[in-house]
Amino acid sequence: MDLMTILQILDSTVRLGTPLLLMCLAGLFSERAGVVDIGLEGKALAAAFFSAAFAYYSGSVWVGMLVGIVAAICFSLIHGVASITFRGNQLISGVALNFLASGLTVLVAQTWFAQGGRTPTLENARFSGIPLPGAEALRDVPVLGPIYAELISGHSILVYVAFLLVPLSWWVLYRTRFGLRLRAVGENPAAVDTAGISVVRLRFAAILIAGVLCGLAGSYLATGLQAGFTREMTAGRGYIALAALIFAKWRPWYCLSATMLFGLLQAVALRYQNIDLGAFVIPVQFMNALPYILTIVILAGFVGAAIPPRASGDPYVKER
Amino acid sequence: MDRMPVWADVVLIPLISLLLAAALSAVAIWAIGENPWDAFALMVDGALMRSSGWGYTLYYATNFIFCGLAVSVAFHAKLFNIGGEGQAVIGSLGVALCCLYIPWPHWTIALLGSTVFAALFGALWALIPAYLQAARGSHIVITTIMFNFIAAALLNYVLVNHLRPVGAMEPASATFPEATHLPNFRDIFAGGEGVLFRGSPANVTFFVALAACLLVWLLIWRTKLGYEIRSQGYSESGAKYAGISPFRIIIVAMLISGGLAGLMGINVTQGEAERLILNSAEGAGFIGIAVALMGRNHPFGVLLASILFGFLYQGGAELAMWTSIPRELIVVIQALVILFTGALDNMVRWPLERVFMAMRQEG
Repeated sequence: MDLMTILQILDSTVRLGTPLLLMCLAGLFSERAGVVDIGLEGKALAAAFFSAAFAYYSGSVWVGMLVGIVAAICFSLIHGVASITFRGNQLISGVALNFLASGLTVLVAQTWFAQGGRTPTLENARFSGIPLPGAEALRDVPVLGPIYAELISGHSILVYVAFLLVPLSWWVLYRTRFGLRLRAVGENPAAVDTAGISVVRLRFAAILIAGVLCGLAGSYLATGLQAGFTREMTAGRGYIALAALIFAKWRPWYCLSATMLFGLLQAVALRYQNIDLGAFVIPVQFMNALPYILTIVILAGFVGAAIPPRASGDPYVKER
Repeated sequence: MDRMPVWADVVLIPLISLLLAAALSAVAIWAIGENPWDAFALMVDGALMRSSGWGYTLYYATNFIFCGLAVSVAFHAKLFNIGGEGQAVIGSLGVALCCLYIPWPHWTIALLGSTVFAALFGALWALIPAYLQAARGSHIVITTIMFNFIAAALLNYVLVNHLRPVGAMEPASATFPEATHLPNFRDIFAGGEGVLFRGSPANVTFFVALAACLLVWLLIWRTKLGYEIRSQGYSESGAKYAGISPFRIIIVAMLISGGLAGLMGINVTQGEAERLILNSAEGAGFIGIAVALMGRNHPFGVLLASILFGFLYQGGAELAMWTSIPRELIVVIQALVILFTGALDNMVRWPLERVFMAMRQEG
């Protein structure tokens, strides 16, 4: 395995890890505020469809992205009304949203495009790779040159946005008043309420941020990673992002490393089919299942205890 | 007294939620340019007005009964088993191994054998998530979702690399031996000929499902174990104080739940396809969630809700055949039912409570 192969795998790690990272950060904001969000998958799926559809209609990938974000926010609002306003079960609400997205996207896609539940292939209205300055000039520098040209340069803008969102999320959560309140509302909403701050408003703010992030993730999937929407294209990424969030112990920087690890697994599974180790062959199905198996291993607590925000999952009932 | 009468809780609220879900589904049908009323008439005609339609409706209902019971047994212990799909897949694998490798003399004994295998395989697939929840506190929702994906990969591997007959392209096992074929409704009610239930897949497994309903009712409301499961679901600390081990209840409830989901494999694999196919659970594991929520976790409610969803499934197939409405409409309806009966329950409950309160004060 030479440097070029490693770089190619790492390159696809970044590309496959980006949607996971965006969804993981979405889950971070939501769960830090005390709202468990199983529906990341559904939001991203809805965003993927609507961004691809509107990118196709308008010819502009940006219009598509905006509509995708709006779609994800609509789903967030349903989740909010169900789980914050009406204090319903957050898990059940999330599950319902996932099915809603899964059915609705194909239903609408079939009605609009009649191509068996997918959008037409996007020719130009896609996020294309951005070559960073000097990438070609530095390519011939040994080791560092290819790393810069292959791995760091040439991704679409959303990849860079996603990576910048990690320090930004850290700053918002740990260095702003809003972030302090948001974390507090996930640990002890009654205390926040006593301080005269609206729990409901804070939680809605958190899930709206989650909606925007899922919108970006979906839009990246359909108009960046691939050229159009296909049915069930999120393929369980929302759940992997949730697992990554637990792995990351609900912290922004760990979210980055956890999602990139899962991205690496997907990249390896994508590149190699059956891995022949001489003595025995690792079947491709095992590689495909590896992210899920690893999640189980991690959840089993072999890497230290992961303690969720204390009030996450509980609806807040104001005292009278 | 700030409680509603029982009938309002058990009948009225699910009914209103269902009507809301139906209304939104009608809007969806209207929005894609079809007439909702015509669509509904077509569904009724295709699913309920012919015996073969009933044969399909009850076939689907059989799957949903098993998965609905599975979800509701776990719900009683306050566990959300979202892994019915994976447990059903592994249950089907158990049925296939049992039918392919054991020379059964007659279908009655084969049915007994495959029941044991299906329940055992399904229960084992639920054991690891159950253990992780009980011993390590790993969230059962996440682990069971992961096990769904792992089950799908495992089935794919077993079919492609081991069970597929030599030379076959399709990832499916060989057809089961003649002696294991279960009699379908046509064999039972029309002696194998005649038009009654012709061409429809409902089979003797439906009666196994009915028996499962009865057994689950007995278990939950008439045994000590059922009482312990319900106590645990009502208040874990209270149950613990009464000397009920949370560890044991989580494991036992999930084993029963997984076993019930696994039983679905008999209907699909031995009853219908008569071989093991890819995607043998057909999404029924997830519909189990909707069915359990609608049926208020009661076996009789689950039975009614399963027949309703069987009707929706068969009606949806008719719609996909005769109109431009794709099958995914069913997924949307299923999502709306879960949303309204599960998550938005209070949206219906709170105004109703107010109405009943006002009535009581006047009366």
